[in-house]
Amino acid sequence: MKLQNITTAWFVAALVLLISVWATIFYFALLNEIYDSIDDGLDNQKQLIIQRAAFDSTVLQHSEFRESGYSIKQVSPAAGINFTDRYVDTSLYMQNEDDNEPVRMLTTMFRQNGAYYQLQVITSMVEEDDLVAQLLYSLLWLFFGLVLSIILLNKFLLGRIWKPFYHLLQQLKKYQLDAQSNINTAPTRIEEFRLLNENITALLHRNKLAYNSQKQFIENAAHELQTPLAISINKLESLADRGHMNEEELQLLGSALDHLERMTRLNRSLLLLSRIENKQFNDTETVDINGLVRQLVEDFSDQAQFSNITIAITDEAPCVVHINRGLATILFTNLIKNALVHNHAGGSIHIRIGDKKVVVENTGDDTPLDTTLLFARFYKKNPSAASTGLGLAILKAIADLHGYTIQYSYTGLHVFTIQLK
Amino acid sequence: MVKIPATDKTGLEIYSSNLVMKILVIEDEQDMRNGLVQSLQQEGYTVETASNFDAALDKIMVYEYDCILLDIGLPGGNGLELLAQLKREGKDGSVIIVSAKDSLEDKITGLNLGADDYLAKPFHMAELHARVRSVLRRNTLNGNSQITLNNLLIDPIDRWARVDETPMIFNRKEFDVLLYLAINKNRLVHKNALAEHVWGDRIDEANSFDFVYSQIKNLRKKLKEHGAEVEIQAVYGIGYKLTA
Repeated sequence: MKLQNITTAWFVAALVLLISVWATIFYFALLNEIYDSIDDGLDNQKQLIIQRAAFDSTVLQHSEFRESGYSIKQVSPAAGINFTDRYVDTSLYMQNEDDNEPVRMLTTMFRQNGAYYQLQVITSMVEEDDLVAQLLYSLLWLFFGLVLSIILLNKFLLGRIWKPFYHLLQQLKKYQLDAQSNINTAPTRIEEFRLLNENITALLHRNKLAYNSQKQFIENAAHELQTPLAISINKLESLADRGHMNEEELQLLGSALDHLERMTRLNRSLLLLSRIENKQFNDTETVDINGLVRQLVEDFSDQAQFSNITIAITDEAPCVVHINRGLATILFTNLIKNALVHNHAGGSIHIRIGDKKVVVENTGDDTPLDTTLLFARFYKKNPSAASTGLGLAILKAIADLHGYTIQYSYTGLHVFTIQLK
Repeated sequence: MVKIPATDKTGLEIYSSNLVMKILVIEDEQDMRNGLVQSLQQEGYTVETASNFDAALDKIMVYEYDCILLDIGLPGGNGLELLAQLKREGKDGSVIIVSAKDSLEDKITGLNLGADDYLAKPFHMAELHARVRSVLRRNTLNGNSQITLNNLLIDPIDRWARVDETPMIFNRKEFDVLLYLAINKNRLVHKNALAEHVWGDRIDEANSFDFVYSQIKNLRKKLKEHGAEVEIQAVYGIGYKLTA
């Protein structure tokens, strides 16, 4: 949900609550004021009638409301002596409205010439339901007006105010830790955004430093390991080359050399894996997978022939992807090599290349591989094998980096399906 | 029966030219440097060394070398900077970067700066000799680079070989194996070095020995059929040595 929408929703909810409470209070306050004013009017009218009754005795005969709005009738002294003024809401038939209309009535007593009279004065009252309806209408208009204002304000004002924020978001979306690019923050007078800009810039700077030092570490690790490896291999080879060793000694030396070679491969593979995971392969290009696979199969042909394994390629569709060429080569080399190594003499490999999809099927062991461990580092089905156990882990790392998926299934053949993007 | 040597035999010289090639080894690790120097001297090159950036800079500015082996990580500066300096001065001579970093960026940068080749540590000496030979052939010897081994003559550029005057027929890989062993004549070549050089580093390491062995067997057979006076010895568990 967008910031604008969420603020609008909260404002609207708050307004509904606020206006409801305010409307209730306002309604009763208003009503109270109206009664006050009406009652004052009635009281005033009462004074006037009583004064008139003092010198005009016909007034005392005015027992019906009719047009004048009051009535007087004589009551017993017992009923009149302890009477206080009473205001009540009641209704009375009104000719103009042809209906009973609400009226406010004051009932009071007065004494004239020793007799007690009851005086009732009425005045027309506001119609409460009309008042409520009118008030509701006004408030609804007010409410919609306010909501509209909020939406417009959000749209134009907030849009302007939050501009530095969205600018930063855009920059962050494009930002790559490994690239040379820096983010440019827009200058702003708003303190929060200025702080945000400063902090994010500082954070990215620190991350870049950490990233670079990690990259440096990988390179240093390579340097530190590869040079001693190089020296050891070269010295042992030089020793073997002197030619005065017997077969047993040469065998020992050969075995030591083999393990150093293995360590070299392991070291290179681990470094490659780190580089892939650190996304250090940025230069992408359009790679023709059909052509690449054909080339790789050609490279493996001597080896395949030696093991009497046939490799067939079916081009179901042209397959072109945007990827770093070195990584694409490693990806498919490992895929083909895996199919070749975990095969048996006289076996076969079938590679089908479709649009953004490559399927490699190969003969091999009669049991399916453990899919949970297949792509784990150093997983080897046969622990004594000289392979590094990193080939498929590298494959997976390259696939993950590009959002490709690799699936393994066993149908009597070992099937690896790689879905490219 | 005594085999009579071919009349055009020019002896055991690797080059048919008698130029002495001068090589500068720029490498900070002493053991590594000594190993390189020893191995290159065995091949008959004149070798000089530099162990840090400043010493290397002094040497490359003053002297001319046919080939420079350049380590990138040097005390006192980056080897790539040396390379840039060298090219700015318009110095001749091939440069092979020998780096432990094996980083794609360094490789691309180095080659763009004008390096002739890039070799990642660790490497086999056999591979180094093949690379040195290759850049010298391209840049210095002007194609005068045929290899003569008794009665066997190999032309690495036009890719033919003949015994006495009889041409031999090889497939591409067989010729590559022969050439690699010939370049490293009388030197033990590790089976992996050979396999990687000829079939690329994609080769399956696990059974490379059996695989290389089958290729060597074919090659031996052909050499024998033609009466070539060279021998490919198998050194148990390690590799092969071509002797002539």
